[in-house]
Amino acid sequence: MNAPVSFAESKLPLLLGALFVIGLIAPFAVYPTFLMKILCYALFACAFNLLLGFAGLLSFGHAAFLGTAGYVCGMMVRDVGVTPEVGILAGTVAAGLLGWLFGWLAIKRTGIYFAMITLALAQMVFFLAIQIKETGGEDGLQGVPRGHLFGLLDLSDNIAMYYLVFAIFCFGFFVIYRTIHSPFGQILKAIRENEPRAISLGYDVAKFKLIAFIISAALAGMAGATKTLVFQLASLSDVHWHASGEVVLMTLLGGLGTILGPVVGAATIVTLQTQMPDSVGSWVTVIMGVIFVICVLSFRRGIVGELQALIKRSGVN
Amino acid sequence: MTDFILETRGLTKEFKGFTAVSDVNLKVERGTIHALIGPNGAGKTTVFNLVTKFLPPTAGTIHFKGEDITHEAPAVTARRGFVRSFQISATFPHLTVMENVRIGLQRKLGTEFHFWKSEKSLNKLNDEAMALLEAVDLGSFAETVTAEMPYGRKRALEIATTLALEPDMMLLDEPTQGMGHEDIERVVELIRKVSANRTILMVEHNLSVVANLCDRITVLTRGSVLAEGTYAEVSKNPQVLEAYVGSDNMNDAHH
Ligand SMILES: Nc1ncnc2c1ncn2[C@@H]1O[C@H](COP(=O)(O)OP(=O)(O)OP(=O)(O)O)[C@@H](O)[C@H]1O
Ligand SMILES: [Mg+2]
Repeated sequence: MNAPVSFAESKLPLLLGALFVIGLIAPFAVYPTFLMKILCYALFACAFNLLLGFAGLLSFGHAAFLGTAGYVCGMMVRDVGVTPEVGILAGTVAAGLLGWLFGWLAIKRTGIYFAMITLALAQMVFFLAIQIKETGGEDGLQGVPRGHLFGLLDLSDNIAMYYLVFAIFCFGFFVIYRTIHSPFGQILKAIRENEPRAISLGYDVAKFKLIAFIISAALAGMAGATKTLVFQLASLSDVHWHASGEVVLMTLLGGLGTILGPVVGAATIVTLQTQMPDSVGSWVTVIMGVIFVICVLSFRRGIVGELQALIKRSGVN
Repeated sequence: MTDFILETRGLTKEFKGFTAVSDVNLKVERGTIHALIGPNGAGKTTVFNLVTKFLPPTAGTIHFKGEDITHEAPAVTARRGFVRSFQISATFPHLTVMENVRIGLQRKLGTEFHFWKSEKSLNKLNDEAMALLEAVDLGSFAETVTAEMPYGRKRALEIATTLALEPDMMLLDEPTQGMGHEDIERVVELIRKVSANRTILMVEHNLSVVANLCDRITVLTRGSVLAEGTYAEVSKNPQVLEAYVGSDNMNDAHH
């Protein structure tokens, strides 16, 4: 009866396998730094999508996790002198803890109030980042060395760095995939579909939302920490609310609640931002706005969502 | 002494000065089917929301199996084996019918927080889920996405999902609302079947359903209990008849 669904599902491993191979050979065809930027934002968007697409929670403060993890990783690597993998781990844990705090404060509220609280908390983090001198204020945390992975592999080589970023992305993607397709993910979907019913079946929905929030924050942090190593810079723009807005755009454009949508969305937006001719200048913001409006008005399911619907329709006929 | 599984004392709920439920002392005997009836806006759903802890009462206490649950979280009350349904059908529309029932069964595996496990680990619940679906005549719908089922079937699915929790007491808010004749009969038979070894409290507007299903009836009007008793007693009560003038005629309900 619902053959199209199982069709799409049976093809997914194949598609993921193909994408994996492309990811492996890509740095020989495309500029690796550009690819690494895409992968970092793709992981950030996937983490965000876990929250909005599968738990139904709209966070407007995800930049706080991206940026904080970047600062923590940068300080650990540059000032404490730990190896890069420890720096990334530290950034991820810091973002997870911050997510715990944000989640704990925000989850009692729903809808727009939830979004507002996350935004307000993220603005506080932004304010702190400007004020304290350890973060370098407007200049950000500069001169972060990429170092040697496990003290052995020199990451100043762009190809080596790329494969680390790719491995981290795959790990993060797998964690999200597994979370969605787990006993926990099943309850999360139930809560998104009908929260009162989930409560009436005996589930403490706040706990499920909090865990989802922490996982999402930690993975957003992992993306931010990795990004800091790639660009050797933890920048103030990563904690700015622009970044929180951008991740919403990437996710919606690619396809909310689809596993690959955020990747496609992030790739599209990053490509637009970096490949746009210089003459466009700050008009890029306007162009993004227009894309957002078009996306919301005419293809609400996003690129991947619309494609899936197309396959489903043609599968029925 | 009669064994009351659910008991409210002085239960009251005010919404910004408007009293929706006023000093309700409800006693539901274990093992019976108890109906809560009354005109629209009488406060029936609000009583459900109060006893299942979805709303905090303004005053009064709620006792389930002799324990005071007045200040408990709703999910905790549900885990005591006191499970409600909703006036509008409450399913998980984009999950399959089988998955819906599994949500009900899943908690007893104790893995509901395990985000690192594969969902394939839930397949061991499939036999049990299938048995529940067959009990409500939904075996052939197992793989259907719930949203695609007709309304009457969704209500049956709700009951199957509730049964998955093996509740001691079930609350049903207008289980036959908006159904055609055949669907009503199917649901009535289903309720009768699942009422074995359980207590059921139900809101129902269809008086013929009440008449041939329920052991005891409480009539609520404007938030207060107007009458209580068996169908025969309540339907003779002049105040009740008056409250129902212009709507259903209680004496015709049997036929
Ligand atoms: N959350 C709320 N806030 C304010 N007023 C409410 C709220 N919930 C219910 N009411 C009011 O309380 C009264 C009782 O409502 P309730 O839904 O309990 O009635 P009911 O007996 O279930 O009616 P029906 O047969 O139409 O389902 C109504 O007047 C309703 O408007
Ligand atoms: Mg009602």
